[in-house]
Amino acid sequence: MKTNTNNNQRPLIERPIQETAFYPSYKHLIQNDNYEEWSGYTALASFACEGQEYFAVRNTCGVYDICPMIKYDISGPDAERFMNRLVTRDVSKMLPERVVYAVWCNDNGHVIEDGTVFRYSATDFRLCCAERQLEWLEDSSIGYDVSIADVTEEIAGLAVQGPVSCRILKKMGFTGVENLKPFQLATFPLHGYDVVISRTGFTGDLGYELWIDVKNASDLWESLFSAGKPHGILMMGSEALEMLRIEAGLMLVNAEFMSCFQTVRLNRDRTPFELGLDWLVDFNKGHFIGRRALLKVSMKGLSRKLVGIDIDWNKQADGALIYDSKDASKQIGEVTSALWSPILKQNIALAYLDAPYFDGGKEMWAEVYLHRECMWERKMYKCRVAQRPFYSPDRRRLTPPNDM
Amino acid sequence: MAKHYQNIVIGGGHNGLVCAAYLARAGQSVLVVEAANEIGGAACTRELVPGAKVSSGAHLLHAMPADLISDLGLANHGLSFSAQSIKTVSLNADGPAIVFDGDTVKGEDVSAEDEAAYQRFNADMQRMAKALRPVFDKLAPEPSIETWAERLTLLGLGLRIRSLGRFHMRELLRIIGMNFYDLLDEYFENRQLKAAIAMDALLGAEWGARSMGSVLTYLYRLAGYQRSKGLGLALPAGGMGAVSQSIAAAAKAAGAEIRTSAKVKSILIENDKASGVELDDGEKIQAGRVISNADPKQTFLKLVNVDHLDTGFIRQIRNLRSRGRAAKLHLVLKAAPQFKGLQEADLGARMLIAPNMDDIELAFNPCKYGRYPEEPVFEITVPSASDGSLAANGQHVLSAIVQYVPYDDSAELDANRAAFLKTILQQLERYAPGIGKQISHAELLLPRDLENEFGITGGHWHHVELVFEAFLFNRPVPALARHSSPIEGLYMCGAGCHPGGNVMGIAGRNAANQVLKGGQ
Ligand SMILES: Cc1cc2nc3c(=O)[nH]c(=O)nc-3n(C[C@H](O)[C@H](O)[C@H](O)COP(=O)(O)OP(=O)(O)OC[C@H]3O[C@@H](n4cnc5c(N)ncnc54)[C@H](O)[C@@H]3O)c2cc1C
Repeated sequence: MKTNTNNNQRPLIERPIQETAFYPSYKHLIQNDNYEEWSGYTALASFACEGQEYFAVRNTCGVYDICPMIKYDISGPDAERFMNRLVTRDVSKMLPERVVYAVWCNDNGHVIEDGTVFRYSATDFRLCCAERQLEWLEDSSIGYDVSIADVTEEIAGLAVQGPVSCRILKKMGFTGVENLKPFQLATFPLHGYDVVISRTGFTGDLGYELWIDVKNASDLWESLFSAGKPHGILMMGSEALEMLRIEAGLMLVNAEFMSCFQTVRLNRDRTPFELGLDWLVDFNKGHFIGRRALLKVSMKGLSRKLVGIDIDWNKQADGALIYDSKDASKQIGEVTSALWSPILKQNIALAYLDAPYFDGGKEMWAEVYLHRECMWERKMYKCRVAQRPFYSPDRRRLTPPNDM
Repeated sequence: MAKHYQNIVIGGGHNGLVCAAYLARAGQSVLVVEAANEIGGAACTRELVPGAKVSSGAHLLHAMPADLISDLGLANHGLSFSAQSIKTVSLNADGPAIVFDGDTVKGEDVSAEDEAAYQRFNADMQRMAKALRPVFDKLAPEPSIETWAERLTLLGLGLRIRSLGRFHMRELLRIIGMNFYDLLDEYFENRQLKAAIAMDALLGAEWGARSMGSVLTYLYRLAGYQRSKGLGLALPAGGMGAVSQSIAAAAKAAGAEIRTSAKVKSILIENDKASGVELDDGEKIQAGRVISNADPKQTFLKLVNVDHLDTGFIRQIRNLRSRGRAAKLHLVLKAAPQFKGLQEADLGARMLIAPNMDDIELAFNPCKYGRYPEEPVFEITVPSASDGSLAANGQHVLSAIVQYVPYDDSAELDANRAAFLKTILQQLERYAPGIGKQISHAELLLPRDLENEFGITGGHWHHVELVFEAFLFNRPVPALARHSSPIEGLYMCGAGCHPGGNVMGIAGRNAANQVLKGGQ
């Protein structure tokens, strides 16, 4: 619990809001006090201008503080068995120093969350996610020889993303970082401490995530920003990230779906299939939590599915309902996240569509409400299923990156 | 090549044996594997010392359906009774006893009003138990109404309750969640009388007369008397083990095989389907289906590798209440004991020591905090009074259920057991002066000992506490309510299933039906 005090030493408000390990280093860059809460931490929606922060990632290098990401270390002789039962994909095939994207479910096959699984060695994993769920992990570990530790407060993380990110890291002395392939990780020395660098991110661009002991946070941040300064490095907030992840076609918990731990209403739970994550579900690896329920679901056809869509005109289609015809006779879907993409000059969105509309090829209309000079206008725009990711530059995959 | 069975039943408790018998009669191949060297589980007769035998778990038969006994031809397979419809006598250390015989109650201190109230009470309760009988006797209904079969089951239940008439239906709904203490207060004056009736709701349970839901367990007990059609409280000749032996004989006659001293270490699972069992010594036996008579905690926390189970399910199983609260006392007596106020001819009756409901509550309180009661309450039988085969040379055996004790697996267990035995014997001495000198052998089985002897987690009478949250389609947990389990080919058939414990075989029979239906 942190107590904010004014000059009279009188507590103003008591908030469970904690500063991240990097916060003291970058707080002088905050220009517009656009704060938000993220897992109990103070986070920034933007530092100065979200558009500029967004373009830093697409053109130079943007840095996002990911300390509040929830991190669980899972270690022990049974760690692999435990992880393989927890998530729906086969992690027994993972090599050490690899990262995979994964999703995990409850008994009913409803998604708890998606996140990344880091494998450090035969017996050491880390699970990175957005929501706390220690209880589920601990109850899932009954019968396994594993230890589970929430290391969220001990490990600080920075996402360093954009075309010149690799170049800046090399300049900092991380020799060989350019050889990291997407979803690979390695440990590098810096000023006498270890920095784990994974080639991962949430922007759909070339990018890395740096993981360190919280006590080295200010040194890492200073080194990164002094190396990056000539390259236009910029701190960014969640508003820029939101634009980036939508262009990358990536879903977000509490936007595209809610964790089945949090839903109250019926029909709000989602299976991996509805989220379009069939490729993450491996029915051949043996049992995993929710497998029997998912197997049953997979026998039936899907009634709705999350897809990318592209909407006519340039009005961001936030929260739009989608219909089968211009006169809106039947609702067949809805938008979960929308963006007028600055780089694509395209009106894109993630949306749930009913069968068979999610397969594409059918006429669809988005109902968009526009607020113009204090009046609402309702517009119907044609839309269509689009390829996801919407934006995926070659540099995202190229190893070593072409940044000389 | 090793034999491949259609069914393996883990555990030769009476439910496992009933299940095996019904399956074998339907032409299925069945193997029962029992960990102990005797079949029967908690329905078993054991030698205490040479020349003296006792029912080492359950000691009175009062819930077995008459049609199950006739279906399996148990009489032809050796089942007979040394006594039926025995009386219940509530003992009084300082005054006259109260005698319950059929639907009458008599006692010097029992008023005419209470006698009449007992008739009324009995009629009311019997009527409600009758309305609930389909609930207790049949497969748990699905909470859903998706299929016509499900709708009809629920409708049938509704109609049955409706048939009570408006007044009694309301009354049932009023009292079903109530505590027995208050209900008995509505009917009776005599405190000892109320306590004696209350014992029927409390034996084996983890609650006192003031706990919510104690009316439910009373109706459960009454339904048992009804379905056994006139047997009442019965003493099987040769002890409870004779019941299990006769079921085993019926099962064998129908072709089932039974192996004792065969403890299952794990349930084999291949391609997400139960495929057999592995015994403690490493022997593997293949089967098309595995049916577990072991309690749900043992089955799913020990016998099934957790790799095959979901976390939510494990959570539910771990949270099941299975803290045994009943202990069992066995005494070998050199001569017939003399109980105060008891006619000599009534030594074969069921005796209760429970002076009043507050004493029951006071006996219950300490176990909540892991302590032993200073004045426990008892259900006592002296089966040798009606069955000479149990004790030779004028000796007698006494078998008593002692409520309420904590589940104690501490390092002091032996010392605590010895101290508690002393407490018990002191109390008995007050009701049967001189009994201490008659004892040639004494044995006290605490829940931990019952756990070891019968392989029941927590040593619990019902495997899983019989409470609303573990009742009907929630017993023991929703995924197991209709005898199948999340793992294909793995079924449950013991007291942990709907409807619950007691020596009655309903869970075993329902399980067999479900297995034969390929049921879900
Ligand atoms: C102290 C006490 C007194 C009771 N008094 C009465 C009474 O008077 N009247 C009455 O009706 N009911 C009474 N009950 C309740 C009744 O005894 C039980 O509810 C009933 O016997 C349960 O039968 P079951 O077949 O379901 O299970 P159990 O009798 O528990 O049988 C389970 C069987 O499975 C076997 N088993 C377990 N694990 C394994 C394994 N891994 N491998 C192989 N075999 C295994 C066990 O050895 C056991 O034989 C009493 C219970 C207790 C504890």
